[in-house]
Amino acid sequence: MRILVVGGGTGGTIVANNLARRLSAEIRSRRVRITMLSASDKHMYQPGLLYVAFGQMTPDQLYRDQASLLEGTIDFHVDPVEKFHLDQNKVVTKSGKVYEYDILVMATGSRIVPEQIPGLVEGAETFYTEATAVKLFKRLREIQEGTVAVVVGVPHKCPIAPVELIFGLHDYFKARGIRDKIKIKYHYPIGRIHTIKEVAIWAKPEFDRMGIEYETLFNVGEVDVENKVVRSEEGTETQYDLLIAIPPHRGMEVVEQNNLGEGGWIPTDRFKLTMNGHDNVFVLGDTTNLPVSKTGSAAHFQAEVVAENIASMIKIGTPVRDYDGKVYCFIETGHDSATYAMFNYQNPPDLKPPSKPMHWFKMSYNQMYWTSVRGLL
Amino acid sequence: MSDTKIVDARDTFCPGPLMELITHMKQSSVGDTLELLSTDEGSGADVPEWVNKVGHEILSNEKIDGVWHIKIRKAK
Ligand SMILES: Cc1cc2nc3c(=O)[nH]c(=O)nc-3n(C[C@H](O)[C@H](O)[C@H](O)COP(=O)(O)OP(=O)(O)OC[C@H]3O[C@@H](n4cnc5c(N)ncnc54)[C@H](O)[C@@H]3O)c2cc1C
Repeated sequence: MRILVVGGGTGGTIVANNLARRLSAEIRSRRVRITMLSASDKHMYQPGLLYVAFGQMTPDQLYRDQASLLEGTIDFHVDPVEKFHLDQNKVVTKSGKVYEYDILVMATGSRIVPEQIPGLVEGAETFYTEATAVKLFKRLREIQEGTVAVVVGVPHKCPIAPVELIFGLHDYFKARGIRDKIKIKYHYPIGRIHTIKEVAIWAKPEFDRMGIEYETLFNVGEVDVENKVVRSEEGTETQYDLLIAIPPHRGMEVVEQNNLGEGGWIPTDRFKLTMNGHDNVFVLGDTTNLPVSKTGSAAHFQAEVVAENIASMIKIGTPVRDYDGKVYCFIETGHDSATYAMFNYQNPPDLKPPSKPMHWFKMSYNQMYWTSVRGLL
Repeated sequence: MSDTKIVDARDTFCPGPLMELITHMKQSSVGDTLELLSTDEGSGADVPEWVNKVGHEILSNEKIDGVWHIKIRKAK
């Protein structure tokens, strides 16, 4: 039985390690082989980018060697897949190698596409890559007064990031003693300040307390870089001195090029996590088309379900469990407090008041992540 | 005329039905028809509010067995 995991990020790493443990006997007796193909020899802890943007972490702290995170029995290659032949159960990589499989796991993540909005690349800062997070921090250090506008592209990974960014900006400028000289204006695509109703209800009085201005039903249409104006598709505009964007995302180009899913999002069964029409192809993490938050947390819970089901298919001939839509998101509410939102397909989150211990739990998780993807937590 | 594209946003708290619709609208072409399925009570009002503000067209909006079925045509 050949299991091929494509993608060595959060979801792919957890699924591969979990499988390697569950199937250790089968791997030893050579009845099962696990191969992972990825696009990088490094693994980035992406949530750390928000800390880099505020000068609280440096980029080198975000990386580990991917090979060091994997069980020794996993055959790992940095050789991105270029062609998927799902009808023939094989893929072709950049180096030209062909990998055949019995079970395929797709975990290729998502990518930012700021170029889809005119002027966004030139006019806006962001923090969704290492280079942009460092650049944003430099801009934040320079600014002395004026309007900082935050806009949000759709869809985007880490749906809590826009709100965390606002709390972070407020605390950062307060610490610099210039909060009274900076106007922070938040723009959000739908008719309330966060898509999760409970988060919106909780965050609104917090925004009012911090003096944050907000405009809802604002989908970024274009940025007029010369005049420093951002315009919405809904016909409104905001003048800014510093513009920060949560960029819009798509799935990976390779998914689109192989016609596996519109926008790079792979059509996935929301409970079984198999690709529609392909029972031997599992999909998890950002690359699914599911109406589930694109978060490491969702990728983690999905990876556990996928690994358990693949292992049980091999051992007893049937999957054993459905994914229930579980997501757990920390919400940093400034530089020294946090809360969290936990929900699934059926149950909305029940938000607790932010606390210092929750912030320290998140700070510990920033380290524990590496233990978590190894499957030891 | 192109087929109606179903956007199944039942039972989602995040990203939520309107965010799902906006995602699919961005991937569609002018003239396409999308049908949003939502179990969120607010969708019956939230979705038309955005669609009208941005200038797309609501073709129908009804609740059947607890599920909102909202048909939208991409107009621009
Ligand atoms: C600024 C920021 C803050 C965030 N904060 C949080 C947070 O607080 N909590 C949270 O839960 N999540 C957070 N996230 C989101 C989280 O990081 C992602 O949702 C998560 O990493 C998704 O996991 P994944 O396995 O789907 O994709 P990824 O982890 O992105 O991994 C994709 C993998 O696929 C590989 N790949 C790509 N193309 C190919 C190819 N053709 N062939 C083979 N391999 C390929 C890549 O090299 C990579 O290894 C944040 C993200 C950002 C950017």
